[in-house]
Amino acid sequence: METIKNKRTGPVIFSEYKRGDAIKKALSMTREDILFELKDSKLKGRGGAGFPTSTKWMLTAAAKSDDKFLVCNADEGEPGTFKDRVLLMEFPELVFDGMVVGGYTIGSQKGIVYLRGEYEYLLKPLQDYLEVMRKDNLLGKNILGKKDFNYDIEIFLGSGAYVCGEETALIESLEGHRGEPRNRPPYPINTGYLGRPTSVNNVETLAAVSHIVVKGGSWFAKFGTDKSTGSKLFSVSGDCEKPGVYELPWGTKISELLEIVGAKKTKAVQIGGASGHCVPKSQFDRTMAYEDVATGGSVIVFNESRDMLHVLKNFMEFFVEESCGQCTPCRMGNVKLLEGVEIIEKGEYTFAHINKLKDLGRTMQMASKCGLGQSSPNPFISILENFNDEIFNAGNGGRNGK
Amino acid sequence: MFVAEKNALSEEIESYVNKYGNDRSALLMILHEIQNKHRHISEFAQQEVARLLNIHPVEVYSVISFFAFLNSDPKGRNLVRICQTISCDMKGKSGLVKAIERELGIEIGGTSKDNKFTVEYANCLGLCDMGPAMAINDQVFLQLTPEKAVELLGKVK
Repeated sequence: METIKNKRTGPVIFSEYKRGDAIKKALSMTREDILFELKDSKLKGRGGAGFPTSTKWMLTAAAKSDDKFLVCNADEGEPGTFKDRVLLMEFPELVFDGMVVGGYTIGSQKGIVYLRGEYEYLLKPLQDYLEVMRKDNLLGKNILGKKDFNYDIEIFLGSGAYVCGEETALIESLEGHRGEPRNRPPYPINTGYLGRPTSVNNVETLAAVSHIVVKGGSWFAKFGTDKSTGSKLFSVSGDCEKPGVYELPWGTKISELLEIVGAKKTKAVQIGGASGHCVPKSQFDRTMAYEDVATGGSVIVFNESRDMLHVLKNFMEFFVEESCGQCTPCRMGNVKLLEGVEIIEKGEYTFAHINKLKDLGRTMQMASKCGLGQSSPNPFISILENFNDEIFNAGNGGRNGK
Repeated sequence: MFVAEKNALSEEIESYVNKYGNDRSALLMILHEIQNKHRHISEFAQQEVARLLNIHPVEVYSVISFFAFLNSDPKGRNLVRICQTISCDMKGKSGLVKAIERELGIEIGGTSKDNKFTVEYANCLGLCDMGPAMAINDQVFLQLTPEKAVELLGKVK
């Protein structure tokens, strides 16, 4: 595959960075100072949940244990997301340096990259890259002469399960079990991989850490909005002229993004992937930020020719396949929602039934064990509500009239 | 299975256990290696893994049955996965599927008569900006047309 590294530019993640700089700088600081910088940066986890990274690392650092782990979550399975692929392929130095910094900060000796099975072609190049880091003493024993700081990184390959992006399911699968999410508490920061304190961080979060350590927390906080500092990588696909990864500050309007990627006659945008929300044209002036439309970065553009019911069906089929089946709301609920889409497709529905299914969706949001079932009803509810007219009433009653 | 085959497989699995360790946390990587080489993890292989990791064979089966990329039933020598998720769907994945189905004379999910290909759907391959995408074994191919997809299959040995 082609690489276009030198063409990518951006305010934070794609700004200039020299391999090893973050490690050098971090090792000259105390652990507390690094945590303070992170706190100043107000960096939040980039996988989508948005938990403050400084808090996560502070808690993991405070946990008492001889063994601690830092896991880089590279299991990006959210439909429409591919930013981690770009980071790992073109900017591995940012990700791995961020991991070493994290290891130093929380007091861990081992980092694990959980690479999704679909990205197996990245395994060899990444392993080669780690080998170079070892040669340069950016990994290994007494890193860059820092006495007693030993750290190494291992890559673990997933096997095609979307739910393993959930941190406890990821840990289960690392331990050699079915990738079923755990009940929380305990959280991984206390009882994670092999029962040890473990910090699980998104690829992009770790890349941001490298920049923050070198350039400072307040530099990072200058970008974005008050509650959503820094920038975000957006994976843009669908009906637009220039799909790809874009780095934009948080707080960018959906309409601005659409302009940049050359989207024309756009009807709707799915923000946050299948588990996110479908935003109709009337709301394109909303901003992408934790305080408005929060997202892990997936942006799928639909133009006027797209049948939104077909889109919804594709999403629900995805969730039916990817539900781990452990808890009933998610296992059964997604099947029921998909059946609902199919009866709408056939025109055999009643509004009473559809309303019941929306209620079921809201129940799933509350009752499911992990983020999968809690968010899988989002597209069902948001597409049926925002495209009510198209689906139920268009032209002589839409599907109702068929 | 012949005894010689069994012995060879046992030796192979032992080498993976030597590489990744005999802790349960090595299980997925070991299974991944077996899957890659044989395109399935046979009952005998499951028993051998279980023996070497000192766990019950059904624990191994349980993990295999969970993951989309692991299977206990044999598949074709080459695995073709076509991304079915929304972005590739919009870029024309069904055209690829139909062309491949016609060319190989099978339906998606099936294995060709000569056992050369198993063709499956995959969920999001993370190549949404360059769809429709297809993977043949561990290699990915982008921005395909039905014709190009069939041509690629022709190049596989």
